[in-house]
Amino acid sequence: MNDAMRMNNSSSVEGQPAPAISVRGIVKHFGAVRAVDGIDLDVPRGMIFAILGPNGAGKTTLMRMLATLATPDAGSASVMGHDLVTAPQKVRASIAMTGQFASLDEDLTGRENLLMLARLWGYRGRGAKERADELLAAFDLADAANKQVKAYSGGMRRRLDIAASLVVTPGVLFLDEPTTGLDPNARQSVWRMIRALAGSGVTILLTTQYLDEADQLAARIAVIDKGKKIAEGTSRELKAATGSGFLHVALADPARVDDARRLLEDHLGGKVQQSAEGVQLSVMAGTPAAASQAIAALIADNIELADFSMGSPSLEEVFFALTGGGGRLAKPEGDER
Amino acid sequence: MTDLSSTPLELRLDRAPPKPPSAFSNALVFGWRAILKFKHVPEQLFDLVMTPIMFTLLFTFVFGGALAGSTGAYLQFFLPGILVQTVVFNAVYSGMGLSTDLSKGLFDRFRSLPIWSLAPFAGLMVGDILRHLIAGGIILTIGLILGYRAEAGVLGIIAAFGLLLAVGFGMGWIFIVLGLLVRTPMTVMTAGFTFLFPLVFASNIMVQPDTMPGWLKAFVEVNPISLMTSAIRGVMAGNATVSDVLWALVAPAALTVLLAPVTLWLYRRSDR
Repeated sequence: MNDAMRMNNSSSVEGQPAPAISVRGIVKHFGAVRAVDGIDLDVPRGMIFAILGPNGAGKTTLMRMLATLATPDAGSASVMGHDLVTAPQKVRASIAMTGQFASLDEDLTGRENLLMLARLWGYRGRGAKERADELLAAFDLADAANKQVKAYSGGMRRRLDIAASLVVTPGVLFLDEPTTGLDPNARQSVWRMIRALAGSGVTILLTTQYLDEADQLAARIAVIDKGKKIAEGTSRELKAATGSGFLHVALADPARVDDARRLLEDHLGGKVQQSAEGVQLSVMAGTPAAASQAIAALIADNIELADFSMGSPSLEEVFFALTGGGGRLAKPEGDER
Repeated sequence: MTDLSSTPLELRLDRAPPKPPSAFSNALVFGWRAILKFKHVPEQLFDLVMTPIMFTLLFTFVFGGALAGSTGAYLQFFLPGILVQTVVFNAVYSGMGLSTDLSKGLFDRFRSLPIWSLAPFAGLMVGDILRHLIAGGIILTIGLILGYRAEAGVLGIIAAFGLLLAVGFGMGWIFIVLGLLVRTPMTVMTAGFTFLFPLVFASNIMVQPDTMPGWLKAFVEVNPISLMTSAIRGVMAGNATVSDVLWALVAPAALTVLLAPVTLWLYRRSDR
């Protein structure tokens, strides 16, 4: 791992409040599978922190442990200064979690769902009703307040689910894949909400398998694969650590992709990454001169280029470089990056 | 599709949270949820209403004459029994509801809240009690119309219903545990009825065990369902002894003591 990625603060400054989340060597296994295999994490208060990784990487398990929904097998963690194992009820009092699947009562109306949670948090009578109505208004659900949740669209459910997590302002809000399955419009509105919440001081830990989501929202990103943290840093740091001299080449003729790949590997040595559609190749070039030579070789072999550029790797390329191309990340539907 | 770009999140986040509520208040909220379910899912009332009506009428008129000489005499014997059977069968619904909630992730939210751990189950119990009272009331009404008379009068009926609720409460734990273990509501129902049918039919609900083979008779006499039925029959007829009632309560009490901690453990275990 590169130095630029090791950004964990080893010691906290005296007199400062405990970090929002502090995790040391946390482990969770299911039978022989180590779903989470010794992860360290430090999330300062007020930050949007993303956990990025493919399906099955251990993101959800890590988050469920932090939300007291699963017990760690080893390691320790504290949330808002409360130990996960010895003071779970205090952790619960300072967090909220919106899971991957809407944790709402589908038979009840949106308003009843919020009323129920407001009362569970201790709002009474008129206070509970006022709080439910405030949340409905803030999340643009007032019109659907008296409809059963089973009649809600995916975007409405997700908004209600997040609203349900804000009945009492949590110290840490856990969002497990907050935009999975949403259309681009609804995704934008969820992103806007997340930013607004972070702006008012809520620490947000979100998992995602979308690189652009981590890139756009998070101040810091931890990349997780096979239960281990393989990198951590800002989006810029992660990209810089992978190397800035990335050559991107788009081919005019998809049939020549194997020839092009071979030529690039011969000239530049690095592992060539291929886009899902197959016509875009990316490779670490080192210097512009080396990149020019590689392009000259492609042209000399009559491989027509639709486009080429030199620049920072995308987070996706960072991810493949880190996982050795083993992991596959999803791309949001209908969203060509 | 609504777009929030024009409406930035305007939510007061900075105010102090309310005082943490009591365990009892938590339980009341879940009870309220159970009542809302009756309002929003009226389909469940159909089962709840039709099954006891059907059983009461069928057994009384089809078997009554053959078993007791007349439908009237049989009804006098059978009505307390069908009350027990209905309450025991109704207990399956809690387990099914729980299994549904778990499969949808709703309990993840409950479990991440700083509330009394058993509160969601108290809510299920409230739903159960309402179901038992509705179904029991319907059966009693039909019985009275058909000529059933409780020798112990209104007080006997009230006492019998109290005992019924205790029976339902105890049996409810079995299905709550089943609901926590099994993820599909249909499986909870199938497993529940597979377990309940022999218990209910090999009891003294429909007939006295006098004509049964010895081994079956021995089972029927110690079957907790029989003990419950005898006690309720006795309470309604005004000739129950204290020991009848205590025997009837042994199984519900034992189930509660054994299964309430198991429920809590399964609920907190969480590694699903």
